[in-house]
Amino acid sequence: MSGVPWGETKLVQGNEAVALGALAAGIDFFAGYPITPSTEVAEILAREMPIIGKKWIQMEDEIASISAIIGGSLAGGRSMTATSGPGFSLMQEGLGYACMTEVPLVLVNVMRGGPSTGLPTQVAQGDVMQARWGTHGDHPAIVLAPSDVKECFELTIKAFNLAEQFRTPVILMPDEVIGHMREKLTFPKEEEVCVIPPSSPDVPLEWYEHYHSSATGVSPMAHFGSGYRFHVTGLTHDTHGFPTRKVDEVISKMNRLKQKITRRLDVLEHNDIHNVEESKIIIFCYGSVYRSALAAQQILAKQRKKIGIFRPVTIWPFPDRTVKEMLDTKDVILVPELNQGQMIHEVERLTSDSVRVVPLHRYDGYEITPEQLVAAVLEVM
Amino acid sequence: MPARLPYAYKYLRAKKKFPHVWCPGCGIGIVMGSIIRAIDSLGWELDDILMVSGIGCTSRMPVYVDFNTLHTTHGRALAFGTGAKMANPNLKVLAVMGDGDSMAIGGNHIIHAARRNMDITAIIVNNNNYGMTGGQFSPTTPQGAKTATTPYGMIEPDFDICKLTEAAGANYVARGDVYHVMELDGLIKNALSGPGFRVVEAMAPCPTNFGRANRQGDAVKMMELFKDNTINVAQASKLPKEKTEGKIVRGIFVDKDGIGYTERYQDLCDRVSSGVKK
Ligand SMILES: Cc1ncc(C[n+]2csc(CCOP(=O)(O)OP(=O)(O)O)c2C)c(N)n1
Ligand code: SF4
Ligand SMILES: [Mg+2]
Repeated sequence: MSGVPWGETKLVQGNEAVALGALAAGIDFFAGYPITPSTEVAEILAREMPIIGKKWIQMEDEIASISAIIGGSLAGGRSMTATSGPGFSLMQEGLGYACMTEVPLVLVNVMRGGPSTGLPTQVAQGDVMQARWGTHGDHPAIVLAPSDVKECFELTIKAFNLAEQFRTPVILMPDEVIGHMREKLTFPKEEEVCVIPPSSPDVPLEWYEHYHSSATGVSPMAHFGSGYRFHVTGLTHDTHGFPTRKVDEVISKMNRLKQKITRRLDVLEHNDIHNVEESKIIIFCYGSVYRSALAAQQILAKQRKKIGIFRPVTIWPFPDRTVKEMLDTKDVILVPELNQGQMIHEVERLTSDSVRVVPLHRYDGYEITPEQLVAAVLEVM
Repeated sequence: MPARLPYAYKYLRAKKKFPHVWCPGCGIGIVMGSIIRAIDSLGWELDDILMVSGIGCTSRMPVYVDFNTLHTTHGRALAFGTGAKMANPNLKVLAVMGDGDSMAIGGNHIIHAARRNMDITAIIVNNNNYGMTGGQFSPTTPQGAKTATTPYGMIEPDFDICKLTEAAGANYVARGDVYHVMELDGLIKNALSGPGFRVVEAMAPCPTNFGRANRQGDAVKMMELFKDNTINVAQASKLPKEKTEGKIVRGIFVDKDGIGYTERYQDLCDRVSSGVKK
């Protein structure tokens, strides 16, 4: 296959869909370091990108990989890297730098079992809190969790768009099951895909502020070599990018960094909601677990038992208000996760004592099955 | 107006950036002067230059110069620079790093940048210690030297920056110091004038930490050490061995014009894209 098979229907793997999504979004630069179960993303792009004159490099480690794509993004290339747990840990340094310096990029973390080398070829969802809090200091996070191959394609494009729109790193987190499964995928026609191009300022050179505080908190970013000369540093900086320790400038930077995300949930929030309003028992899940939840819902429906499913597609920022409004009146919320309990704390945080929040953990490297979910629901009914 | 002034106006950032952070007698500012003079003599446009650095006293340099400037994380200047160069090959990328930055935490990145022959000029200010964090030992601290973390003397052998980068494949490798500053200007100018990965080790005093810990005297005394204890490679070749023993050799050690990574990558694109419709 060469390039994106626009308009065609094919049997496609999740990681392949991520790579093709990146091409569809107009990726200019990829830097990475091989790691299971994400390697296909790097391999497919290594094959495809030089053919269309785009830049691809295998760096010496994951620290170098994320550093390289930050440099690439600042020099005007739409940039991405792909990794898994151990590499994601190494990337935390660069991730924090990109948050602080407001550099758009896409980081794909295909989740495998951890901690440490863990279960390299098997599924887990153990990195969802790391994606939110893994790099030091207060920082924004936008994290998307696809549940099927089509979403791997679509959310990769969306990740590139959000990165531009919010001038921040966006993390795409398929779990291993999603990254490696194959499904039928009908690709859109090229003209149906919306790609937000990299921004560029239109002010005269001497008026340019690299971190201009606009109404949305985000301003168009110039690139190295464009004629707008600016300074970038991971030190806390003023609106021109120069280091500062002035209290008002520090506070204003930190507030804007947070609020450019938290005040734009209207754009960022993305949930998949099935029968939640009319059900008293809800399964709250994300990633591959959602597929089992859909199957469980059907099995239970045949037994005339009704459950709802609430699934955040954008897992960070967490959909606080919607969860509170929709779920705080329920009897039971079952939270199945492929870890020892991570997102469940967010659900607990937003619901009253009257709501039973019931965990279902699986961390042996295998997926949660529909049967497991059905049994868990029958138990709490 | 003194002839020196136009440099300051053209290359330094006028507003709010001065006074700089460096101690009186620090050698880093002299290296910055050499870089500016080398660039000026090449007539480069400010817009085309990217100066990238890591973390440390040396790596504070980009904030003062009016290029595209990128102050990154400790040790990663070359990785950031690699990405910027690939995304925009028209940028002339200059990486400014300390000895700790480039040889310790960034050691992995420098050997691979050299191996790839990535089109970046690396200027390494070697002050034999971690200046910024208060003078701990670095991979270039000489054996026996005292630092904040070698109170009884350094027991580890040190790295030779030039030999290391030569062995790793750099196109150009040179060493100078801030006493022989006109020579340093020339070494940097040469470094900026060719393809591939190009290294200049600029030895410089850190009177505040290394100098004090090793009783080397004030900044002027430390400069005199460079005068007395170093020798140019051309002079060294004419002298008998016993006369050069113990001296640090300055000059150009490697000067090749091997194909840089940018050109290799473009060749790859041309090769694989021929016959494929875009
Ligand atoms: C990841 C990380 N570890 C440690 C530090 C602390 N640190 C800052 S500068 C520095 C060493 C600087 O030494 P060198 O690179 O030789 O630069 P110099 O200050 O001597 O110019 C260290 C260890 C840091 N900033 N980041
Ligand atoms: S601590 Fe040393 S290297 Fe740092 S500014 Fe002072 S003299 Fe220079
Ligand atoms: Mg040093």
